Amino acid sequence: MEEQYAIEMLHITKKFPGIIANDDITLQLKKGEIHALLGENGAGKSTLMSVLFGLYQPEEGTIKKDGQVVQIKDPNDANALGIGMVHQHFKLVECFTVLDNIILGVEPCRKGFLQKDEARRKVVALSEKYGLMVDPDAYVRDITVGMQQRTEILKMLYRENEVLIFDEPTAVLTPQEIDELMQIMRNLAAEGKSILFISHKLNEIMSVADRCSVLRKGKYIGTVNIAETSREELSRMMVGRDVQFEVTKKPIEPGKVILQVENMTVASKLHHNNAVKNVSFQVRAGEIVCIAGIDGNGQTELVYGLTGLEPLESGKVTLEGQDITKASIRRRSTMGMSHIPEDRQKHGLVLDFTLEDNLVLQRYFEPQFTGKGGFLKRRAIREYANRLIQQYDVRSGQGPVTTARSMSGGNQQKAIVAREIDKNPELLVAVQPTRGLDVGAIEYIHKQIVAERDAGKAVLLISLELDEVMSVPDRILVMYEGEIVGELDPKKTTVQELGLYMAGAKREAEHV
Amino acid sequence: MKREKTSLLKNNGVQSILASLLCILLGLLLGYIVLLFINPTGAWDAISTVVKNFFTYPSRPAAMKYFGSTLVKTAPLLMCALSIQFAYKVGLFNIGAAGQYVAGAGACLYAALAWHMPWWACLILAALAGAALGALSGVLKSYCNVNEVISGIMLNWIALYTVNMLLSRVKEPASPYTNVVASFNSSALLPSLGLGKLFTNNQYVTIAIPLSVLAAIAVWIVLGKTKFGYELRATGCNKDAARYCGMNEKRNIILTLVIGGALAGIGAAFLYLSGYEQWQCTQSSVPAMGFNGIAATFLGGLNPIGTVFASYFIQHITSGGAYVDKTMYCAQISDLISSLIIYLCGFVLFFKHFMNSRIARKEEREALKEKEKVAADSDAKSEEGGQK
Repeated sequence: MEEQYAIEMLHITKKFPGIIANDDITLQLKKGEIHALLGENGAGKSTLMSVLFGLYQPEEGTIKKDGQVVQIKDPNDANALGIGMVHQHFKLVECFTVLDNIILGVEPCRKGFLQKDEARRKVVALSEKYGLMVDPDAYVRDITVGMQQRTEILKMLYRENEVLIFDEPTAVLTPQEIDELMQIMRNLAAEGKSILFISHKLNEIMSVADRCSVLRKGKYIGTVNIAETSREELSRMMVGRDVQFEVTKKPIEPGKVILQVENMTVASKLHHNNAVKNVSFQVRAGEIVCIAGIDGNGQTELVYGLTGLEPLESGKVTLEGQDITKASIRRRSTMGMSHIPEDRQKHGLVLDFTLEDNLVLQRYFEPQFTGKGGFLKRRAIREYANRLIQQYDVRSGQGPVTTARSMSGGNQQKAIVAREIDKNPELLVAVQPTRGLDVGAIEYIHKQIVAERDAGKAVLLISLELDEVMSVPDRILVMYEGEIVGELDPKKTTVQELGLYMAGAKREAEHV
Repeated sequence: MKREKTSLLKNNGVQSILASLLCILLGLLLGYIVLLFINPTGAWDAISTVVKNFFTYPSRPAAMKYFGSTLVKTAPLLMCALSIQFAYKVGLFNIGAAGQYVAGAGACLYAALAWHMPWWACLILAALAGAALGALSGVLKSYCNVNEVISGIMLNWIALYTVNMLLSRVKEPASPYTNVVASFNSSALLPSLGLGKLFTNNQYVTIAIPLSVLAAIAVWIVLGKTKFGYELRATGCNKDAARYCGMNEKRNIILTLVIGGALAGIGAAFLYLSGYEQWQCTQSSVPAMGFNGIAATFLGGLNPIGTVFASYFIQHITSGGAYVDKTMYCAQISDLISSLIIYLCGFVLFFKHFMNSRIARKEEREALKEKEKVAADSDAKSEEGGQK
């Protein structure tokens, strides 16, 4: 007998004007397996899922559910076939409770009145069965990202979906939450659900998936059994060449102190306590200092205080010997501070501007770009943009006049990195610079950061990714509940030790 | 040849113009249907009168004269439209333009009639009054996070009643209207520079008309070509990013509403300092000029130059409405027709989106056909080859 497939997408081809997003792609999802879909940004993963959800109609190819050819014309058809998806950006109503969100759209009603007790019983039963800890009565705006994700999973289970798609589910989670999610996925598969796991994080795929299909530039590269493959092979299939996981740095002796932070305290916007408490550290020329920690331990506020986005409650910040505690954002920037922001779409780019206008966002006021009478020198801006695009390999549809919104996340980030590094800063503050990027782009951005250090610049890296924390910096400062609780040498420490500091289980006496 | 045609249709500007024309046609059609319901016999005459406006006058000099009058009222409408557009590009909806217009009217008329100031001083005061009102909305928005729509609407009414009270001091004793500027202080009238002669000695035609067009060009240049415009647009599109790169977003929001207010204030001066209208001190509704500016700016495809033509068109049908046969239709019919058209003008963006999706679908279909054709050709060729 033939093997049982929950979903088969056979020879799918989907074209857009000027681009073949999916070129003869075949994806077969077995019942009860965790199947990873691996590919770089722009490889065609999202298009393929949109075809599965009926958002796009493929030019060629067929979709089979349980061996039967099916037509999926819109998302309702997909729902009816028991296909559910957890999107990368959750689709929850913030001002509703968890329970309300789960039953949204399929509310149990009797004579027009909601029957919530029934729904609650079902939700509680489901959450116990699969180990999905949620509080049904909590408001979504009040719960953690991890619990929001569990709510999304419960939404699919409540609708009795058989095929569950997870779109980059770990991008927003802390290491502990990732582990929990992996366990949940294993439980779901054990209960007979079929899981499609879209990711470009090789470690996660290696640890949780049974099989993995790889896409590259719209083409199907192959499907491998995880048990028979390696991280290196997967990355070679995804990128098309060997990828360096190790970051190579030349030995360098740190020079003079560039950034000096003394007793910095920053208030929190979320609660009445201070988010950053009496923090002191320094960054010297030619070194990369990394602030590690679990998300929400004051790193964001520390950066805001440093870059001038938020005022300090107390303390002092010195850049190259000059007190910048009260300096404006623009002043800090012109004095030699570059900032790759945490959220590239919120802070880093004006999405409706063209790429060239975004590339001069930090320097448009300089005489080389603004002439007499306040007129912009369009030709100079175009030339500058073309140079950056070439030098930093920023890819886009129409070059300098591409709207930033239409660019892929990786290239948006490359544009920001190009802009901030080309300013030739003394201090580079890079906040989660590789968040949500694929292997190729991560490798590239790490190289750029290390190049800045090798050129004798000071780099402050803020990262949540353990791989990054262990490989890129020269020194690690661990932040826990707004304080720096330890300083580690990445060459001498282990992930386990780092984890203890991050979880607040260990702290150095000198930092208390 | 064919390729050129499709690329033209894809052009943003062409699309905007087509969408605007489509709105106008639909508006006229809807107006015609309403007229048919009220009184079918006169419907065609009425709708064509609205469209003809001054062309209903058989003699060319008379038509030119009333063409001039339409232009006189176009100038303030254009200024209000520019005020809204300027703010819109910075991400603000300046519904307060109506109140800023009222403030401008109050300032210029009071300066002209009570203080006997020359026209240029009245013009500046009108701009300042509008700007002050705009600044109020701007400060509330940036420091207290009060939505500019809410504060704008409330300030509209505050401005109206304040101006009514203020201008009651310079009104005609026997009527609710303000004194005639021409007879009380003719130095406050905007100079004509001989422009009136072009329109059969229409004494209301002044430099206001070319000045308003110049203002449109200035708005276009400031927003698109200058550092200042770049900052304003960045603030409008993403105020967090503007702040991140060191722009002063609070200052930019206030400045935008100040400039918008000044534009609307000058618009009022353009009308009242031409002597075309007197202010009615008992009016209890905010003049529609500021609100019609919203329609004009959208009909103009949010482009300052397009707005010049859109403003003219809206004023054209509004003026034309006055000529509808009042024996068949009630007096409000002209307002009804023009407001129907203006209402549909708000749908420009919707039509543009609709056209885009149609074009995309058509292209997809054609590409498919071409592919089939190529496949068929190659089949035929291979068959031929086989026969040989």
